[in-house]
Amino acid sequence: MSALLLLEQGLNGLQFGLMLFLLAAGLTLVFGIMDMVNLAHGSLYMIGAYLMATLAQATGSFWIALPLAMAATAAVGMALEAGLLRRLYERDHLSQVLATFALILIANDLVRMIWGPQALLLDAPRALAGTIEIIPGAPYPAFRAFIIGVGLAVAAALYWMIVHTRVGALVRAGASNREMALALGVNVKRLFTLVFGLGAALCALAGAMLGPLLAVQIGMGESILIQAFVVVVIGGIGSIRGALVGALLVGMLDTIGRAFLPVLLRGFLSNNIADALGPTLAAMAVYILMAAVLYWKPTGLFAARG
Amino acid sequence: MKRIFAAAALACVGFNPAGAADKLKIGFISTLSGPAAALGVDIRDGLNLAIKHQGGKLGGLPVDLIVGDDTFSPDVGKQLTERMLKRDDVHIMTGIVFSNILLAVAPAVFQDQTFYISPNAGPAEFAGDRCSPFFFNVAWQNDNLHEAMGKHVADKGYRNVYLIAPNYPAGRDALNGFKRFYKGATSGEVYTKLGQLDYAAELAQLRAAKPDAVFIFLPGGMGINFIKQYNAAGLAAAVPLFGPGFSADEDVIRAVGEGMQGMFNSSQWNRDIDNPQNRRFVADFEKDYGRAPTLYASQGYDAGLLIDSAVRAVKGRIEDKSAFRAALRKADFKSVRGAFRFNKNHYPVQDYYLRLIAKDEKGRLTNRIVGTIFKNHSDAYVKSCKM
Amino acid sequence: MALSRSRTALALVLAATIAFPFLAEAAGGGYYVGLMTRVMIYALAATSLNLVLGYGGMISFGHAAFFGAGAYAVAILAQEGVTSVWVAWPMAIAAGAALALVIGAISLRTRGLYFIMITLAFAQMLYYFFVSLKAYGGEDGINLVVRSRLPGLDLRDETTFYLLVLALLAGCLYLLGRLAASRFGAVLRGIRENEARMTALGYPTYRYRLACFTIAGGAAGLAGALIVNQHGFVSPGLLDWTQSGTLLIMLILGGVGWLYGGVAGAAAMLLLEEVLSLWTGYWKLGLGLVLLFVVLRAPGGVGSWFARGNARG
Repeated sequence: MSALLLLEQGLNGLQFGLMLFLLAAGLTLVFGIMDMVNLAHGSLYMIGAYLMATLAQATGSFWIALPLAMAATAAVGMALEAGLLRRLYERDHLSQVLATFALILIANDLVRMIWGPQALLLDAPRALAGTIEIIPGAPYPAFRAFIIGVGLAVAAALYWMIVHTRVGALVRAGASNREMALALGVNVKRLFTLVFGLGAALCALAGAMLGPLLAVQIGMGESILIQAFVVVVIGGIGSIRGALVGALLVGMLDTIGRAFLPVLLRGFLSNNIADALGPTLAAMAVYILMAAVLYWKPTGLFAARG
Repeated sequence: MKRIFAAAALACVGFNPAGAADKLKIGFISTLSGPAAALGVDIRDGLNLAIKHQGGKLGGLPVDLIVGDDTFSPDVGKQLTERMLKRDDVHIMTGIVFSNILLAVAPAVFQDQTFYISPNAGPAEFAGDRCSPFFFNVAWQNDNLHEAMGKHVADKGYRNVYLIAPNYPAGRDALNGFKRFYKGATSGEVYTKLGQLDYAAELAQLRAAKPDAVFIFLPGGMGINFIKQYNAAGLAAAVPLFGPGFSADEDVIRAVGEGMQGMFNSSQWNRDIDNPQNRRFVADFEKDYGRAPTLYASQGYDAGLLIDSAVRAVKGRIEDKSAFRAALRKADFKSVRGAFRFNKNHYPVQDYYLRLIAKDEKGRLTNRIVGTIFKNHSDAYVKSCKM
Repeated sequence: MALSRSRTALALVLAATIAFPFLAEAAGGGYYVGLMTRVMIYALAATSLNLVLGYGGMISFGHAAFFGAGAYAVAILAQEGVTSVWVAWPMAIAAGAALALVIGAISLRTRGLYFIMITLAFAQMLYYFFVSLKAYGGEDGINLVVRSRLPGLDLRDETTFYLLVLALLAGCLYLLGRLAASRFGAVLRGIRENEARMTALGYPTYRYRLACFTIAGGAAGLAGALIVNQHGFVSPGLLDWTQSGTLLIMLILGGVGWLYGGVAGAAAMLLLEEVLSLWTGYWKLGLGLVLLFVVLRAPGGVGSWFARGNARG
C-alpha cells in the first residue's frame, strides 16, 4: 500500500465528498429555513444532469451548456417551489414525505417520457480529457481535479455569501430562528424561493460534474439522495459549514473504506467474498458514523438552530 | 373492487383459450432502461427483424411478442415473468441479458414447463449439473468469450495480467473462463459492484499494481465508463486493455469513440462474416434501425430463426413439448454466424474469433475479424450435464 | 346506526374476499388470486406500520427492514432444508421482533427527524448486510426452494394459500383492534398526544414505545414470511429505503390511525398499479398524481372518507 496510492484515493474521496456537499448544501438550507423534508431534491439533480446532457449535445460545448443548465434547473426548482411546495411548509413532516415522494415518481416518469428509457451520454470537456500531476510523478485525471476545484470554489463562494452578504444574513436568521425572522419582517416568500432556486442550481452543477463519471439515467437521484440526507444530519440541519464537514467525512470514509477494506479482508477471506464484504462494511461505516454523531451530538456537528 | 376483477378475469378467458395455438405468444423480458439498455434493445430489435424477415410470423404462426423491461432488477424480472406465465399464458420466454436476473427468473419458467430460449445469458449453472430440458442458449456459455481471450493473451506472452469483472454470476464465470486458458500470473483479480459506474478507486489500485496487461469484463454502461476513465487516467498508453466482445462492440465504440482503436476482443460473430443471411441481416438492421448491429442483435436474430425452425418442424403444434424440444435440438436454421449446432446441454458448439477495432474502408471505426482462436469449441461444464 | 352500517360493510367485504378465489379460478383468472394474495400481504405489512405510526405516533422510515428480515429468515431456512411452517414462520416473526427490539432500543432515544434518519440508517445497514451475504444470494437474492409446508394443507395451491393469508390478516386486524381498545392502546395514545404529561403521570413511556415497536416488527416479519412464499424470491431490494417509503405511502394513502388504513392503502396502491399498467407504461406518473391529490385535498387518506363519525385512534 504505497503513499502515492493513498494520496490518489484521498483525492478521490475529496472529489466525491465535494460533490455530496453540493447536494447537501441545498438540502440543508431548505430543511433549516423552510423546515421541509424534500425527497425530490434528488430529482432536481437528475433533471439538472439531463438538461446538461441535452444542452451539451445541442450546443456542442460543455462550457456553454453548464451555466445554461444551472439556470434552467434553478428555474424549474423555483417554479416547483412557488407552484406546489410552498403549500407544504405548514404541513407536518409526514405529508411532506408523501408529497415529495410522489414528486419522485412523477419526475422519473416525465423524464422517461421526454428522453426515453436509455441512459444519456455526457462527456467531459475535451480540454480536461487528459491527466495532470497535482503531485509530481502521480498523474491524476484532469476532470476529477477540476471537480475538486469547482467544489472548493463553491464552498468558498457559499461561505462568503452566508457570512458577508445581506442575503446570507437573512439565510442565517431564517435557519436559526424562523419565527423571529418572520416577526422582524423578512420577506419570507421571496427568500424561500431564492433559497430553493440556489439549491436547485447546485444540484444541476453536481449533476453536470458527475454525469460524465456516472451515467445520466432515470432514478439517479434516489441513490445519492440518502447519502445527502446522512450528510445533512451529521453536519447539522441548516448549517453550510456542517454540510461541508459532513460531506468530506462521508466522502473520505466511503471512498477510502471501499478502496482499502477489501484489500484488508482478502488477508483471510476469498477474493469475491472480500470484494463483496468490503464495500458493504464501508457503506455501513457511513451509517455507523451518523448513528455515533447523533448519539453524542443529537442535533449534528454544527447545528444552526439556537 | 374485487368483483371488477372477477369480471375482468372472465373477459380474459375470451382472449386466452388454453389449448391449440393459433398464435405464438412469446414473453420477452430484457433490460431496456438504464446504462445497459443498449444490450436489451439490440436483442429486441434483432428478434423483431427476424420476425419481420419471416413475414410477421415464426414457423407459420403469427407472433404476439409481449415485451417487458426488467430495469436491471431480478425482482422486477421475476414479477414480470409471473405475469407473463400466468396472466398472458406465453408459450416461450426469452430476452434476458444478465445472468443474475435469469437465475432468479428461470426456476419459475422451468416449473411451469415453458421453454426458455436465451439470446444472451448463459450461466455455468445451466450448463452442468443443473442443465434443464426447457433451457436453450443460442449465444454462448458465459465463460466462452473469456476463454478465447485468455488463450490469446497467453499466446501473446503477457505474464502479469490484472483482471476486473462485476461481482455477479457471469462476472465470476468470465474470470474463471479467462484463467482456464491463461495460466500466467495475475497481479490483481477485482470484483466490482454490478452496475458500478465510477472506477476511480479501482483505477488507482490498478496503477499501483503495475500489470503488463488488463483484462476486463464490463458489459454495457459499465464498460463504457471504465474505458473512458481508463483513458482519462492516462493508463491506455501504458498498459494494453483486452476484453470479450461485450466490452468492445458497437455500443461501446459509439460512446467512447477514437479511444477504442486498436483494442483486441473475442466474439462468435462479426458483421464481416461472409454468408447470405448475415449480409442480409446487417444491411437490413442498419436500414431499419439506423445503427450498426452488435453481437447482441445477432443473437436476438438467431433466437428468432431458431424458434421459427422449431415451430415449422412441429407444424405449429407447440403444445407437444417433447416434439418441440426435439425440433429445437436439431437447430435446423441458417445462423448469421455460419454453422450452428447444440451440445447435449443445449449450449452452442461453435468457433470463436479474434477481432480488432479499426477503421473500415468507409472510415468508420468498427470490429474486424483478424483470426480464429477456437474451432468447434464447447463449454467446460457439459460433462456434468446428465441429459 | 353508523356502527351497524360499518359492521354490514365489513361483513360484505369479508364475504366477497372469501368468495373471490373460487370465482376467479372458475373464470380462468388464477393470476388474480396471486395478485390479491400479494395485496393482503402488503396490507399486513402496512398494518404493522400503522401500529407504529398511527397508534404509536412514531414515524419509522426503516420498517422494510423487519419485512425483509422475515422474508430472508424463511428463505435461508428453506435453503438449509427447514421448510415447515411451524418452524420457519415463527422464526420470521422472531427475527422481525428481535431486530425491532434492538433497533428500537437505540432509535427511540431520539425524536422527530432524527428518529426518522436513524431508523432509515439501520434499515440501510441491514440492506448492505444482506448484500454481503454471498452464501445466500447477495445482491442477486435467493429463490425460495419450495413453499413452506403445513401438514394438512397444500400451500402450493394458490387458493389455499390465499385463504391462509386472509385468515392471518383478519387475525392480526382483530388483535390490533383489541390492542388499540386496551389499556396498552390508551397509554400509547396518551404518549402520542403528549409524552411529557404521560411521563409526569409516571408511565415508562420509553418502554411502552419499545413494546409497540417490537410487536410491529414481529408482525412485519410474518408479512415477510408470507411475501417470500407468494413471490418465490427475495432480494436485498426488499429492505431498500424506497420500500420503507412505499409502505409509508400505502399507510398514508389508506389513512393513518384508522384500523383498516393499511388494508385500504395497500389495496388502493397495488390495484391502481395493476390497472394503470394495463393502459400505459407510465403508471408511476398516475400514481404520483393521485398521491399528490391525496396530500393536498384529502390528508386523512381513504380512511377519512369511511371513518368520519367513528371515534378515530
